[in-house]
Amino acid sequence: MKVHPLLIELIQVFVLLFAAPLFAGWVKMVKCWSQGRTSPSLLQPYRDLCKLFSKDVALAENASWIFRSTPYLVFGVTVLAGGIIPIISVDLPLSATADVIALVALFAIARFFTALAGMDIGTSFGGMGSSREMTIASLAEPAMLMAIFAVSLASKSTSLSQMAIVVSQGYSILRPSLAFALLAFILIALTETGRVPVDNPATHLELTMIHEAMILEYSGRHLALIEWAKMMKLFLFITLGIAVFFPWGIDAAGGAAGLASSFLIMSLKLGISGVGLVLIETGLAKMRIFRVTEFLGSAFLFATLGMLSFFILE
Amino acid sequence: MIITPATILSLSFAVLLLVVLLALFLRSHQRLLITAGYSLMAVAALLTAGAGVWAVSRGTIAQVILPLGLPDLPVHLRLDHLSGFFLAVIGLLAFFVSVYSVGYVKGFLGHRQVTSLVIFSSLFLAGMFLVVLSDDAFIFLVSWEIMAASSYFLVLFEDERIENRRAALLYLVVAHVGAIAILLSFGVMAGLATDYHGFEGYTFDAMRETDLPAGWATAAFLLAFFGFSAKAGVVPLHVWLPEAHPVAPSNVSALMSGVMLKTAIYGIIRVVFDLIGDFPVWWGALVLIFGLISAVVGMLSAVMQQDLKKLLAYSSVKNIGIILIGIGLSMIFSSSEMVLLAALALIAALYHTLNHAMYKGLLFMGAGAVLHATHERNMENMGGLIRDLPWTAALFLVGCVSISALPPFNGFVSEWLTYQAFLLSPALESPILNLLIPLGAALLALSGALAAAGFVKAFGITFLGHRRGTHHHRVHEVGWAMRAGMLLAAITCLGLGVFPTYLIHWMDPITEQLVGGKIASSAAGFGWMWLTPIAAERASYSAPVAFVGILAVVVVTYLILHTRPGTIHRVPLWDCGFEKITSRMQYTATSFSMPLRRILGFLFSVKEEVKPFPPGAHPAFPERLQYRLRVRDRFWGWLYKPVIDVSFWISRKVGKLQQGRIQVYLIYSFVTIIVLLLFL
Repeated sequence: MKVHPLLIELIQVFVLLFAAPLFAGWVKMVKCWSQGRTSPSLLQPYRDLCKLFSKDVALAENASWIFRSTPYLVFGVTVLAGGIIPIISVDLPLSATADVIALVALFAIARFFTALAGMDIGTSFGGMGSSREMTIASLAEPAMLMAIFAVSLASKSTSLSQMAIVVSQGYSILRPSLAFALLAFILIALTETGRVPVDNPATHLELTMIHEAMILEYSGRHLALIEWAKMMKLFLFITLGIAVFFPWGIDAAGGAAGLASSFLIMSLKLGISGVGLVLIETGLAKMRIFRVTEFLGSAFLFATLGMLSFFILE
Repeated sequence: MIITPATILSLSFAVLLLVVLLALFLRSHQRLLITAGYSLMAVAALLTAGAGVWAVSRGTIAQVILPLGLPDLPVHLRLDHLSGFFLAVIGLLAFFVSVYSVGYVKGFLGHRQVTSLVIFSSLFLAGMFLVVLSDDAFIFLVSWEIMAASSYFLVLFEDERIENRRAALLYLVVAHVGAIAILLSFGVMAGLATDYHGFEGYTFDAMRETDLPAGWATAAFLLAFFGFSAKAGVVPLHVWLPEAHPVAPSNVSALMSGVMLKTAIYGIIRVVFDLIGDFPVWWGALVLIFGLISAVVGMLSAVMQQDLKKLLAYSSVKNIGIILIGIGLSMIFSSSEMVLLAALALIAALYHTLNHAMYKGLLFMGAGAVLHATHERNMENMGGLIRDLPWTAALFLVGCVSISALPPFNGFVSEWLTYQAFLLSPALESPILNLLIPLGAALLALSGALAAAGFVKAFGITFLGHRRGTHHHRVHEVGWAMRAGMLLAAITCLGLGVFPTYLIHWMDPITEQLVGGKIASSAAGFGWMWLTPIAAERASYSAPVAFVGILAVVVVTYLILHTRPGTIHRVPLWDCGFEKITSRMQYTATSFSMPLRRILGFLFSVKEEVKPFPPGAHPAFPERLQYRLRVRDRFWGWLYKPVIDVSFWISRKVGKLQQGRIQVYLIYSFVTIIVLLLFL
């Protein structure tokens, strides 16, 4: 039975919306286990979101429309990005909307407006977060593009679906260019999603926080939207990595059975990636902000090596 | 009489001339002069833009020979696709800026005479139009000089300030060094066209038909590239730009940054692709390298600025860099006989030319509105203006989003096309280019991300937060004419971003004329919604879907969340429970760029100093701390200071000839005559 592509698109957006908090819960759970703590329930992120949605908004007196509209925009952009990345199927009507470069730019919209919102209230923390976020993003962007370049050399395309199809047709993951690009991508994904060692999502410590500093003044449904978008961003970066580097099992035929198996395989891959993420986060300490330069420098180096090895070895 | 683009253009020149005459007669009616002068300029600009658009889409080439100028050397004008495109770009922005100027220039009423501003604005526009219409070296250089000289007087408008006079002088010097190089370049081409016999070689037609020997072609190219780079503000010839553009009145800065720089881009394209036509790969590589350097250094310098208009001026250097990247790639592809890719890269460059004109014009108009309202250019004294200037803030934000290359606005389209051109470079056969060009893409990404940082800073510090600084006079939103000018530019930015396929379709004849390939045909199967420069499997981008998609999700989310009557409580700001926040605790323009200064500051000469205040105070118990920061371009020390020193040294030596005594001068004349007689 063939499922209509629009329906697949719709299913995928729902998967994104509702699996993202679950995945965040899973990561938190594994992290607690690995550190010998009792974990909150897997459903805790849903409860947090529900609580935030039902609360009133306490808005700073001098907040402008930028501050109020940013959560909606960030949420909207993230959902649209979720319609483009092949999560459960490569046959998505929206996938032609944006290639991977445009996808990076979509995330840049969210970052741009979050940074502006951080400066809107006029607190020192907000400005600090914005300044740091934009600095780190400036350094992460070249590395990200080089990683994309390395993969697109192999797949001769920047369209995500096409990348997934080409890589899944190749029988080996051991293409040196892809291996280096994967390493680079992991470092960049850690940076972009604000995880240890670049930023710590669990901290509100003044001197170290980056992303949290920008959204300190948010509350109620605004905060809920931003938190939800943040969970989705983590989910999307991991599924992006899966789609580009481990696309085996993503459905291409568009049948109902294929979609179901694709969904199961995706859950499995996500579960494993979550454990991997926790291992990285537990194994590393948060870096000083000016050490991030070296971290992203090595990401850039890996990506460049990937590109060179494509020209030399393949 | 049949209406053709050429007749429309002559009408437009007549209107500009009328403005000059009107200005002479209306000197005592300044308010009327502003309204009439700038409205007429708007009409002329709109006519020109229309003629340009028409000329590109109609696809015929019109040539006129006017019996003007020197005897036997008539003026040749030509309207082809390329000049039509640039006329459209210049005319469109000039229209928006003229509408804006009707309001903006009234701010000078009561302070100073604006007659000169009106006259030189009009001449400036006429000069720019003529530059792109010229079809021989004489009229090109004459109109180039009209443009340079009139813009010199425009920069000098507020001439009581010393920095304005210095900036204007620096601008004039660099412009003329560049003009000499261009003259020499035309000289080489014209001379070889006729083998140094006769004067017929000065027309562009003659240059086109000549096949230059490789060495002379290189000389002509290098001279032209140097000359046009000086005008375009390519690093390291950019130092005049961040001095001259900020001190000019903002409507003039908008034109200078938005379109005057583009005439130099026009010159490079005209000389390289049209007049010389045949070139080796390394020319393209050279243009690409200078483009990359300008893109990164320009934007990095922009991020460091505290002066809003200086930040914008430096970001023009960056955007010129991106345009050159496109041109360089197109040259590389073109000399490797890959016409489709050459067309793609050239379209990227031209599209960016158009985009940059629109958003930089918009941003300078916005900065002008801020200046008009607050009398302040220094961002450290701004903040919170979004409440006093809601229109300006929203429109300025559109400019910031566009220039930061965020979809669905226009900056993203041209940067995306440039990336696609980069990503297609592995098709080249040279392994060295294959390895190095991707690194260029990384530099472009760096400059793009720095642009986002720079414009978060520009908007955030200027419009958000609390008011910094000490003065508290009331700030009012600007008048309707200024808002209209900015609004039109902002709508154009969005339109160019959402409907790129139409534009690219319209621009196709240009690349066909210059590199012999066009890209829209390959995308025809996908209709207007999808931008697919090469093939759908390769890459595609749909701005309308992205725009509607984001909008739809935002609206749906908003509606769902507002079904329940949620209340918003306005409360004092929280800041982690910290009380007694003052506006001095906010991040400033300097502190915002501090991390980048630490990381990439080695490219500049940065001097930081913290001193206790008052000066004699004990270092452990100062009343206050005084922080001094000086960020300077290293190019001053590396490139300009030696040149200045050497020229002073030479002038001193030569100056010794001047003894001030008549006997000595008579001896000089005598010796000269003897020497000349010896040669006879």
